Amino acid sequence: MAFRPKLNVLGPDLVKKVFDESLALLIDPGVRVHNQEALRLLEGAGAKVDDGSQIARIPEVLVQQALTTAPSEFLLFDLSGRSVIHYGGDDVQYDPGSAGISILDRKSGKQRPPVTNDFVQFVKLVEMLPQIDAQSTAMVCLDVAEEIGDLYRLYLALNYMRKPIITGAFRIDTWWVMKELLVAVSGGEAELAAKPIAVFDVCPSPPLLWSDLTCQNLIDCAKAGIPAELVSMPLSGATSPVTLAAAVVQHTAESLSGIVIHQLARTGAPIVWGGSPAAFDMREGTTPMGAAETWLIDAAYVQMGKWLNLPTHVYMGMSDAKIVDVQCGLESMGGALMAALIGANMVSGAGMFDFETCLSPEKLVIDAEIIGLSKRVVFGVEQREDPIALDLMREVGHRGDYLAHPHTRKWFRKELYFPSEVIDRGSYDAWVQKGEKDAFERASERVDILLQKYEPPSLPRETRLELLKITQRAAQKFEMLELPQLPE
Amino acid sequence: MPTEILSEITQSLVDGEPDITYELTHKALASGIEPMSIIREGLMPGMNIVGENFASGEFFLPDLIIAAEGMKKAMDVLEPELVARQQAIESPGTVVIGTVKGDIHEIGKTLVATMLSANGFKVYDLGVDVPTAVFLDKIKEVQANILGLSALLTTTMTMQREVIQALRDAGMRQTLRVMVGGAPVTRSWMNEIGADGYAEDAMGAVKVAKELMGIS
Repeated sequence: MAFRPKLNVLGPDLVKKVFDESLALLIDPGVRVHNQEALRLLEGAGAKVDDGSQIARIPEVLVQQALTTAPSEFLLFDLSGRSVIHYGGDDVQYDPGSAGISILDRKSGKQRPPVTNDFVQFVKLVEMLPQIDAQSTAMVCLDVAEEIGDLYRLYLALNYMRKPIITGAFRIDTWWVMKELLVAVSGGEAELAAKPIAVFDVCPSPPLLWSDLTCQNLIDCAKAGIPAELVSMPLSGATSPVTLAAAVVQHTAESLSGIVIHQLARTGAPIVWGGSPAAFDMREGTTPMGAAETWLIDAAYVQMGKWLNLPTHVYMGMSDAKIVDVQCGLESMGGALMAALIGANMVSGAGMFDFETCLSPEKLVIDAEIIGLSKRVVFGVEQREDPIALDLMREVGHRGDYLAHPHTRKWFRKELYFPSEVIDRGSYDAWVQKGEKDAFERASERVDILLQKYEPPSLPRETRLELLKITQRAAQKFEMLELPQLPE
Repeated sequence: MPTEILSEITQSLVDGEPDITYELTHKALASGIEPMSIIREGLMPGMNIVGENFASGEFFLPDLIIAAEGMKKAMDVLEPELVARQQAIESPGTVVIGTVKGDIHEIGKTLVATMLSANGFKVYDLGVDVPTAVFLDKIKEVQANILGLSALLTTTMTMQREVIQALRDAGMRQTLRVMVGGAPVTRSWMNEIGADGYAEDAMGAVKVAKELMGIS
């Protein structure tokens, strides 16, 4: 194994101080929890709960206990039952940004609300891009009732995907429908818990608050043994203190409270130390994903998560640009590369821009190259042979003909990452001859090619019908009598 | 059996195993297969697959070179056999190639030479830092159809113009096609100095050379 390039942004003293202060915050002012089941769990375990204010004061002993029982790693499986994602250690894996509310139309170049076919195409593309490790319920489709927006994405994805999926529920009752969909594909509740194929994002509300919805999702995930991903999102200078270290303290406190509730609901259930913080933009009042300070908060909380020996997640590799332009590329590369260097186990954001709102198939294809480069960087420099070069260089001497040497052929495929034609490394003349296309045009062509090559998974007919039945039942509850036709 | 060994030869080129190609070629001859069949049904299909895989992005330069090496090893075995049978492979043409005087860059030029010879051209590679007179002598000696001039520096690419002028002065320009290549060389430079062919890469050079010889 090569030495792994690794970035730390907090000194050891600061790590300890962040942890100590966040423990102190869990006692005073405590955490506000708008969920009865969680409050009862906390109270039963020894936390001081005030039912009027719904504030729970969580003693350190509960935190330490939860940290001992929360697993330091777990696996995610694809639909054929192969373990393909490892949450743990410094393994870095990528999935698209999630819950986008617009798509960059491929013809007009303008943003518009997504519909069924947009998301299906996106799922197919993710399947076709080897650099991207997992699916996500990337966009909310406008052509179905809002109340089933979350589960409908999962229903669509399950019909077209093989890779595992990062998802999340928008309501308490729809979580159960989403679980039902997953169980239908896995073949049973025990099967789903033994070989999880999905992770649910659950987001505390900054600062130090759990809404009824996300808290219930968190508890329900724990009980079902479905991995949950904590997405704490301090917005420095707005919903959290402006100093980066203080934002990390808030993130740590919120996440620790989540882990306590989760482990009380079911000891040993898998949980991820994740987040989506931002350094509030003091001029525009926005949440920039391309800001260096956003990346630093990400890096710092991932370092905290690793120090606590937990699997980690970040939202990185996105951009604040409004189209897929130079700003979009440079910000996405900065975040995605940094995510690799800090060793975040799951990096969500591919294909996403305009903060966390819009998705583009072209950007997804470009991001796949960014991810390829980033993964290559952290793969590092391996020794490969012993001696490294001595015998070879003595043999070749001063002739520069390594291109024809067997040593080159033996190693070049292992040493080099080969980008697709989205990245141009040819001569100027060759570029002119191919039509002087920029990266976006090349990406657009690749989108077409990949969509053409896509082959649907061999999901049994009964399973497809079962998925349809579950989704229809949910849709009818919200007076949506007919679902859009599944695209080819 | 005969078709089996021929497809093994094809596969050995694709796999980049020149020693195996060499052994199989011997074996095929020993089993009584005609040298021409070995070329047409064993070697050429292999080189075609390698070329296709390169074009589709699956293969890279080291794969091309090793396949060309296998081709060369096999041809070294087969050529004397062809001569003995008074047969000849239809070569698309004879090429003299080299890097111009004052320039010692080799890789691009060698790559083009390798690919041309893998595609059946008879190639005389004069190496690097080649004086103009040496080019002219070799062209006369082997009655070359094509001259390939490589230059990797903006300071040495002017030598390409000088060689072409020298060819004109010697009355050799009419019958000879001149291809130019190298990092700073462009299509407009080709036109400016009155050369006949130019390509962006080694595979493109093969295509251009064939076009210059009237083969598509």
